[in-house]
Amino acid sequence: MKMVENAAGRMVPVEINGGEAVPFKGVGKHRPTGRKYAPPIPTCIDYPDDNNKVVSSLTEALERCGLKNGMTISTHHHLRDGDLISNKIFDIASKKGIKDLVWLPSASFPCNDPVIEYLENGTINRIEGSMNGPLGMFVSEGRMKGMAVLRSHGGRVQAIQDGEVKIDIAVLAAPAADAFGNAKGTGGPSATGVLGYAKADYLYADKVIIVTDNLVDLPCFPMEIEGNYVDYVVVVDKIGIPEKIVSGTTQITKSPDRLLIAELTASFLEKSGLLYNGATMQAGAGGTSLAIAVFVHEMLRKKGWKLSFGFGGSTKYMVKMLEEGQMGYILDAQAFDLDAVKSVEQNSNHIPYPVFNAYNYHSKGNLTAMMDIMILGATEIDTGFNGNVVTHSDGLLLHGIGGWQNCLHARNVIIPVPLFRDRIPVIVDRVTTLCGPGELIDVIITERGIAINPRRQDLIDSVRGKGLPLVTIGELKEIAEKMCGKPEKAVVDDRVVAAIKWVDGTVIDAVRKVKK
Amino acid sequence: MLPVYYSVTLGSTPGFLKKLTSIVNMKQATTGNAGPKVRSDIEVTLALTDSGGIELEMKSRVKTMYGKAIEKQCRELLDFFGITNAKLTVNDSGALPFVIAARVEAAVKAMTGTTASLLPEMIDENSYSTSRERFRFSRLYLPGNNPGMFLNAGLHSPDGIILDLEDSVAPERKDEARILVRNALRAVNFYGAERMVRINQGERGLEDLDCVIPHNVHLVLIPKCENSDTVTKIDHRIREIKKREGQSETVLLMPIIESAAGVERAFEIATASQSVVALAVGLEDYTADLGVQRTKEGSESLYARQRIVVAAKAAGIQPIDSVFSDVGDMEGLLSNVLSSKAMGFEGMGCIHPRQIPVIRHGFSPSADEMEKAKKIVLAYRDALQKGLGVVALGSKMIDPPVVARAEKTITLAVRLGLLPEDWAEAEPKQ
Repeated sequence: MKMVENAAGRMVPVEINGGEAVPFKGVGKHRPTGRKYAPPIPTCIDYPDDNNKVVSSLTEALERCGLKNGMTISTHHHLRDGDLISNKIFDIASKKGIKDLVWLPSASFPCNDPVIEYLENGTINRIEGSMNGPLGMFVSEGRMKGMAVLRSHGGRVQAIQDGEVKIDIAVLAAPAADAFGNAKGTGGPSATGVLGYAKADYLYADKVIIVTDNLVDLPCFPMEIEGNYVDYVVVVDKIGIPEKIVSGTTQITKSPDRLLIAELTASFLEKSGLLYNGATMQAGAGGTSLAIAVFVHEMLRKKGWKLSFGFGGSTKYMVKMLEEGQMGYILDAQAFDLDAVKSVEQNSNHIPYPVFNAYNYHSKGNLTAMMDIMILGATEIDTGFNGNVVTHSDGLLLHGIGGWQNCLHARNVIIPVPLFRDRIPVIVDRVTTLCGPGELIDVIITERGIAINPRRQDLIDSVRGKGLPLVTIGELKEIAEKMCGKPEKAVVDDRVVAAIKWVDGTVIDAVRKVKK
Repeated sequence: MLPVYYSVTLGSTPGFLKKLTSIVNMKQATTGNAGPKVRSDIEVTLALTDSGGIELEMKSRVKTMYGKAIEKQCRELLDFFGITNAKLTVNDSGALPFVIAARVEAAVKAMTGTTASLLPEMIDENSYSTSRERFRFSRLYLPGNNPGMFLNAGLHSPDGIILDLEDSVAPERKDEARILVRNALRAVNFYGAERMVRINQGERGLEDLDCVIPHNVHLVLIPKCENSDTVTKIDHRIREIKKREGQSETVLLMPIIESAAGVERAFEIATASQSVVALAVGLEDYTADLGVQRTKEGSESLYARQRIVVAAKAAGIQPIDSVFSDVGDMEGLLSNVLSSKAMGFEGMGCIHPRQIPVIRHGFSPSADEMEKAKKIVLAYRDALQKGLGVVALGSKMIDPPVVARAEKTITLAVRLGLLPEDWAEAEPKQ
């Protein structure tokens, strides 16, 4: 396989699964030209006169869509670990003897592990999307036939829009839908709150199937997916397992050490002046991020301040800020818990906002660039502030990129992480896999000190002499190595098992097969 | 894993007896912890063999990054202890080197009874000393056999950390915990917290001292202390060890009163040695001794707590309150701290790092207390300067003890950094 060194100094393939690949050129350097990809032109006369698109089963819908070898099938991940639909698609395909499908999920979860069987029997050639747990392991061990392609949420939209990926059939589970195909994320037994990851799929796929367990009378309103784009509607007993779709309640971390990091982060936000009346903020749903949100909420309340808006995934902690007046609006691509689902349904200031609009490189403007405060995680950060979120230090592919790369474009990117996990340092010489260039990562907050990127002298000046434990990133690495010892590098093969895409579609790094 | 036996000479013993005998003769020791929830620890099983050198079997979450380092360290340790033929099985959950060293040493000791020890390097950060006067508002208990809890303990800024060898360690784990605590005293940075060890009762407690005292222990907690003899015995043993090691710093003592007998002799215990700096009360055991339930209001222990406060104050040392065991109830903790402070206590044990800031806040002078104290002290200074015999604040006369109490509040606030040293200059002239 031909490899070249990209602008970040990483060796990457110039060909991925038979298609040409552009090596990473640097942040903001790649500017594709031409016109966006477009699906074939449909005509309404080909659809039922009564506009009832309901067919008897998913099998029938797939057959009518012309399911055949080598097709690309897309799904969204709003049902999370409670997804009962994605695996079924490949059950059907496998029974029909279909081979070499490409699965393009917006993310996969442990409940999707059974597709390993279909990767092994040739039904699926490869997965292009985030892979976790056993699926990631399967790829790391070099057992997947095709090369995995990992994209950010925004990168997935970019690839669909510029035609890098062509979706043959989008199978979109919907908590509520009508016979025409209008669909939404609220209502019914499997409510997800929002369907913010399905927009590119239904706009760009050749064929669109809506699968619901909650067929409602027309119109299914407010429609997040418009029936005009939908080919077939399938009604099943259950699209998901409710308690695995949204958690009953998301929990802030109970770990005193993580709480310490969260407290330090909140204190940094206050002392640096990044938190102000009218600021914008985004934090994830991890335990530490939630704790930060709680501490920030407390500060806002004390000062009588309000965030102008927050970007979801939303949780009860964000909802609380919205309801108690410390946040103006929630723009939301996914709801993580029951409180958030309820809020989307009932609060007009809690607004569904697809990643299609928020994170997309081919969008006329980028929402994340409007965020003052962005709280993210990482598996590794190196002394050049480069970040890794997909592999562990042992080289195993165990996480997806999610929206992480897209979020790096915020004004201030802050990554609270423990200095080491078990014995494994998080701050290292060189990240095992490069997912985000150091020039976009501003602050690393650990329990043993805060390192600010030297490129951000303004931030360094803003907190100097204010009692925060400031250190250099090099010092953090030294402390970690003094305690844990110098880690050995992962032993890998030459074979590339996964390509890591940057937000613009170029290849920023490659993951290699791990040697046993 | 098949057990490996040191020497089995069984001749023609029948099968079941053979099995029985071999279990009795089994020469295998297991130390440390493993399991899905265990972090930063290692389980080590050592079986001595007759020949074949060292056979090492390793399972580790961090094998890719540290497999070679773990193997090298284990082999060096066995070599140091003169073990040439053995099977060593390790199940590692990301243990740091000082933990691996402690676990292997404990296994070797269990097998051979060796008195040799391979000490990890004493890190520079651990050479600081303590003083009688330092605050002991919060002392964080760390179960002595859970290394994962040691690493970040000091980062939560407790006034002291207590490496506990007593109640939090299971009886059959006491030996390995002692070695682990010794290694932690050398290798773990506790970030300036006072370095305390709670030893066991009786003879085992004295042996604990032999093991830990040479490694810069600042203070020893004496559990279930009932008389002054216990205190003097421990004090003597510490002095002997210090002399033997050629170390001069005094090790401070904090007896814990946990029984009716102890309460009755509180003052005797408080004054048993110059090294005693604080008297603590342990209410779980005390209420058990009385045969009553421990309640949140604490009316059943009111007498004991008051008696201990009075005894400690009479002896010129710090009275320290019992731990608050509901770690989820921060409001309950704060009200407990405030009532404790109102009774005269000057500190409290913690069993969770999140309790530390609440306790510190509770024992610190409040803004209101500081404001009042400032006014009183300024009025007093003003009266002195003017040569007035009577101090007045507004229309109120102020007695000398009120001034003394205000001075104490101010001193405390300055020491805590809540007031600047020169606070008086910033105040408007009266």
